[in-house]
Amino acid sequence: MKHLSEYRDPEQVEQYVQEIHRTVTRPWTIMEVCGGQTHSLVKNGILNLLPESVTMVHGPGCPVCVTPVNLIDKAVYLAEEKGVMLCSFGDMIRVPGSGKSLLEAKAGGADVRILYSPLEAVRLARDNPDREVVFFAVGFETTAPANALSVVQAHQLGLTNYSILASHVLVPPAMEAVMNDPDTNIQAFLAAGHVCTIMGTGEYAPLAERYRLPIVVTGFEPVDLLHGILMTIRQLERGEHKLENQYTRVVRAEGNPDARRVIDQVFEVVDREWRGIGTIPRSGWEVRRELASFDANRKFSVSIAKVPECPDCIAGLVLKGIRKPNECTQFGTRCNPERPLGAPMVSSEGACAAYYHFSSALSDCVE
Amino acid sequence: MQLACPMPKLDFDVITLGHGSGGTLTHKLLEAGVFDLLKNPLLDTHHDGAILDLTGKTAFTTDSYVISPPFFPGGTIGELAVNGTVNDLAMCGAIPRYLSLSFILEEGLTMSEFWAVLVSIKTAADQAGVQIVTGDTKVVERGKGDRIFINTAGIGMLHPKADISVGRVQPGDKLIVSGNIATHGMAIMSVREGLEFETSLQSDTAPLNHTVRTLLDEFGPAIHLLRDPTRGGVATVLNEIARDRNVGPTRIGIDIQQASLPVLEEVAGACELLGLDPLYVANEGVFLAIVAADVAERFVGRLQTLPYGESAAVIGRVTTEHPGQVVLTSRIGGRRVVSMLVGEQLPRIC
Repeated sequence: MKHLSEYRDPEQVEQYVQEIHRTVTRPWTIMEVCGGQTHSLVKNGILNLLPESVTMVHGPGCPVCVTPVNLIDKAVYLAEEKGVMLCSFGDMIRVPGSGKSLLEAKAGGADVRILYSPLEAVRLARDNPDREVVFFAVGFETTAPANALSVVQAHQLGLTNYSILASHVLVPPAMEAVMNDPDTNIQAFLAAGHVCTIMGTGEYAPLAERYRLPIVVTGFEPVDLLHGILMTIRQLERGEHKLENQYTRVVRAEGNPDARRVIDQVFEVVDREWRGIGTIPRSGWEVRRELASFDANRKFSVSIAKVPECPDCIAGLVLKGIRKPNECTQFGTRCNPERPLGAPMVSSEGACAAYYHFSSALSDCVE
Repeated sequence: MQLACPMPKLDFDVITLGHGSGGTLTHKLLEAGVFDLLKNPLLDTHHDGAILDLTGKTAFTTDSYVISPPFFPGGTIGELAVNGTVNDLAMCGAIPRYLSLSFILEEGLTMSEFWAVLVSIKTAADQAGVQIVTGDTKVVERGKGDRIFINTAGIGMLHPKADISVGRVQPGDKLIVSGNIATHGMAIMSVREGLEFETSLQSDTAPLNHTVRTLLDEFGPAIHLLRDPTRGGVATVLNEIARDRNVGPTRIGIDIQQASLPVLEEVAGACELLGLDPLYVANEGVFLAIVAADVAERFVGRLQTLPYGESAAVIGRVTTEHPGQVVLTSRIGGRRVVSMLVGEQLPRIC
């Protein structure tokens, strides 16, 4: 816990806040890519410490939010119709599919379990040889090593009743998608610290160069975030566009080679559909063909009809930072965390839910 | 406090459907232990109900206990069933006197488990100074319950100086918490299947009635509201108060200071790790008090000298600035709304 208090130190926060105020001379729009950063910004009330001219835009980095409805339907189908033990991270189970959420399926008698680790699911598969166990492997590069490792372990244990329903997405292609949108107004990125812990920073320098914008790899604690924002603003003010690493205590340029090795062993890069955004080329991972027996998508032949997104939901525009959650006509009225119309209202890391929970009617607290 | 009560010798060691039939087996179960253990003149009549002699303002409450697992670090479902109802009465400003006690047992529960629960009930009732005067036992088929469910109802006599209601909360009042928050919830979490993590955390389940009574003796009507933040934690109770008072002539909101919230370091660490917010985690031996500003410091000082009040602190105030809302000033000085949870708090992916 010492570690935590150090990066939540009010004095250091105050110093960074003042330095940001001194440095800014004109309006800047910065996107924090990762949902964890969004969560920390709102939870700690950081947004209202920033100068009015600095706009933080909440990016597409919430894995729960960008998981396609179709895949949730598939998970529900596996749990309900195929009788599998469907294991998932906690915040995924409330996300509504086109019909129902995993939580509702659980209430209806389906065997849905909340786990903290996919390795726990492997244990369940080992202990229940007569049951099919499926882990809903959602996440960015950060959660991929553990999900991949679960497949390696199941393989080593010779388990034939374990598979993963993978919905892995990759950050750099999403950043490109944001920048390729002609309506984008993003001028800099805070890159996701924990994604870079795994993958390293190598992919980001070319992006900074190509799109001519600053990218600062940033951590999640208040001191980290403010430091990252300050580093970004300094570059912006000087007209620079380079890759910098604020989160040096955790992120190495080469990332974590062991983790990358296990990812390579299990996953291959594919085109991936992002909820609210659409298909982004080479933006996801799925289980390698040779490990097909561990891929729930291939193991269970399930064909779920694609359902269109709610036409009133502007999730895509929100995820790309073109609109703010509270600029949506449905925000807080027809769309709320109890009955979300679109993905960003679902998870506490989603931009819309973050706005709803932490700022409803207290506009001065967020803007 | 541990009570040394050896289990009586019985010719069965597992609860079966027959024990809920009302026939011989039920009698064996009750007479072998329950009546003896919980003995008092009102219960000893073995009648269908208890006849109580009550005068004056009376508080009446009920609660059901379905906690999983029923045995957890620092307590059992039995202690919760007594303390929870005792505390609900205390929060009304009442002095708890009588409890009813109803069991729904799942076939297959062992007699030694049931006995352990009974002993913890006895211990908790003695500690709180309440009598169990009536009760019931039902048994359901295996798979239709979760080992043991308990319902208790309680009756208490209103403290003569108590005047507690949400309507009495005034702008400027101070908000006080009696102890470290989120301890109970995290202790339970640490032993839930699939989430087990190593910790020495113990549930804080405790009877708060004696402490509350002393405070009522000394501060009387300066105590405007008492609430125990059990399910949904501190955030939920504060939101309920703010919502209740978002109508009428004086609409109020609540400000809280993150830096003032007492949370054990180990609890904060576990919450951090599991992606939970301690403000929404359940408590058992903790209460919130809203008191007149001019007595707040003395109130906290006194509370710190009373049982279960050592870590008491002023954590916020009542305001007219943002009616209907609870606003937290974070440790670093940022502000945010603390909203009502939609459902159960779910752990985040990353």
